[in-house]
Amino acid sequence: MERKKILDINDLDITFKTTAGKVHAIRGINLELYKGETVAIVGESGSGKSVTMRAAMGILASNAKVNSGEINFTYSHDDGITETVNILSKNKKWIRSHINGKRIAMIFQDPMTSLDPTMSIGKQIMEGMIWHYKTPKEEAYKKAVRLLQEVGITDAEARMKSYPHQLSGGMRQRVVIAIALACNPDLLICDEPTTALDVTIQAKILELIKKIQEERGISVIYITHDLGVVAKVADYVNVMYAGRIVEKGRIDEIFYDPRHPYTWGLLSAMPDLETDDDRLYTIPGSPPNLLHEVQGDAFAPRNAFALQIDEKLEPPMFKITDTHSAATWLLDPRAPKCEMPSELKHRIERMKAAAKKLKEGESAS
Amino acid sequence: MRKQIDYSAEPILDVKGLKQYFKVSKNFTVKAVDNISFKIYPGETYGLVGESGSGKSTIGRSVIRLYDPTEGSITFRGKDISGKMNRKTTEELRTKMQMIFQDPMASLNPRKTIGDIIAEGLDIHHSYKTAAERKEKVQSILKKVGLAPEHAGRYPHQFSGGQRQRVGIARALIMNPELIIADECISALDVSIQAQVVNLMRDIQEETGTAYLFIAHDLSMVKYISDRIGVLHLGHLLETGTKEEIFDHPVHPYTKSLLSAIPSPNPELEKKRTALEYDYKTSGIDYNKGTDHLVSGTHYVKCTDEEFEAWTK
Repeated sequence: MERKKILDINDLDITFKTTAGKVHAIRGINLELYKGETVAIVGESGSGKSVTMRAAMGILASNAKVNSGEINFTYSHDDGITETVNILSKNKKWIRSHINGKRIAMIFQDPMTSLDPTMSIGKQIMEGMIWHYKTPKEEAYKKAVRLLQEVGITDAEARMKSYPHQLSGGMRQRVVIAIALACNPDLLICDEPTTALDVTIQAKILELIKKIQEERGISVIYITHDLGVVAKVADYVNVMYAGRIVEKGRIDEIFYDPRHPYTWGLLSAMPDLETDDDRLYTIPGSPPNLLHEVQGDAFAPRNAFALQIDEKLEPPMFKITDTHSAATWLLDPRAPKCEMPSELKHRIERMKAAAKKLKEGESAS
Repeated sequence: MRKQIDYSAEPILDVKGLKQYFKVSKNFTVKAVDNISFKIYPGETYGLVGESGSGKSTIGRSVIRLYDPTEGSITFRGKDISGKMNRKTTEELRTKMQMIFQDPMASLNPRKTIGDIIAEGLDIHHSYKTAAERKEKVQSILKKVGLAPEHAGRYPHQFSGGQRQRVGIARALIMNPELIIADECISALDVSIQAQVVNLMRDIQEETGTAYLFIAHDLSMVKYISDRIGVLHLGHLLETGTKEEIFDHPVHPYTKSLLSAIPSPNPELEKKRTALEYDYKTSGIDYNKGTDHLVSGTHYVKCTDEEFEAWTK
């Protein structure tokens, strides 16, 4: 089957004007997403992952300035005709009535703050349909009940009248998902959807989003810093650092064959259940302040593998395979041979062995 | 090298039958913590895990006496601290037991310099003779947590999240505590910074021999840092034991479901994993009826005799 491109971000560059000066938050981002697939954007706070997605939604803060780039979004009308628009060239009003909530829906981190405490949840689910599609009230009501059932809320009819404070955290996030699905969006953006939830509920919410994605064939972007979540849901991974994508690739390429020192650091900083090293591998220091223009590679000061050139010149994306590329000078043919830290190497070998064992067990049974 | 804990020694903290109820109205009382017993030995890290609302933070706050316990006894360094305390015991509790909070920004006074925040405990307990001694103490503690002495004159907003949490640790450490209660102290930090703080906490334990009560919901991190672990659910301590006992041989169905829900950064495995279901209401287990049963070594599980037989078969 041919893969249809649905979102294409080209060379996006954004600065924020603040009282302290200009913050160069996004420094040239390229990202694409195909229909029905899941992309995860991973990075620390301040790396620009949320800003990128807010730009795609057209909900940037008013002090943001887009210096260059385009965000091409392809969606299909009800009659099947597809249209591609550059979201950055449209005004707020147009985006509000054509994109927000209708074509691109977003699920935020904290369900308590994204729900209106003074409105019953039924009303909140119906709101979007009535506003965007002028759906008659009774039809909207029926659809809302169906949506609540779809996201796994029992006794949906009775729950329509509930208010957010009457629901538990996991239930609230299910309601938020129902609201997001109300207008049949083509793209769902999940901004840390499970960070505020307990592990037991986290798994259920992720499975729910996955199930809905398969049934409806929508595309999903996850913004997260939790590599466990990424491992569960993503097809492709983009690792962001200081406003740039430093490594991108298929999920197995990023987890089993990472090439960028920052990705190494991220993977080894998170202990898995087998980790019994005396010390956790850490990335020293903290992310750079983007108030000041970055000279060379932004990661160089924290990078134990930094080369001299890293201080002067920002590395380009080096291609490793058709899908996998990383922005580090270590991949230049002239660079000295450099291996990932041994702790991580052992861990990846262990993970591969576990995966192999699982596969063998499956084919045997 | 993993440290050795002497489990035959006198425990530094001994909690017996702790109950912490909150009266909401005349007819309704929240039983946040219900009949919990555990011990912490010198130099040990005891991890408390459980979902939100399970009472793990409440236990930490009851132990350090931010709340008045409803019932039960808390013995710290051989002295009972669960009821009214005399002045000497209060002073001992307030110096030898310290707490690190979750949100480093909310727990630091924005109008005080880092130096004053760290020295506040010294000021209150008059633990120095000259201003020079105070300064010396603050600077050595700053160095210990990986900050520079000149940071003492700065304010909390001038620091990053990880640095602020280091200040929180420095503030706890300056009183030379024997027990530090760390309540979700790394949850608000980024992954790479979390690892830095965890390493720092380990180094400090090696150097000073302080014990930790480590409260968290991230099970991988709890397993990494703790010697023993307690699993909480709905205010009951369901299972406790060394991390090997809990993670390799879980007995209680809730523990099993909790462990099965831990995400692993291994995509091949993670994509196929399904978590075990556990619902207290339909499980037929009544936590109130359970008593502590010894499984092996330090491994205890709370259940009735019949349940114990069925689970350990």
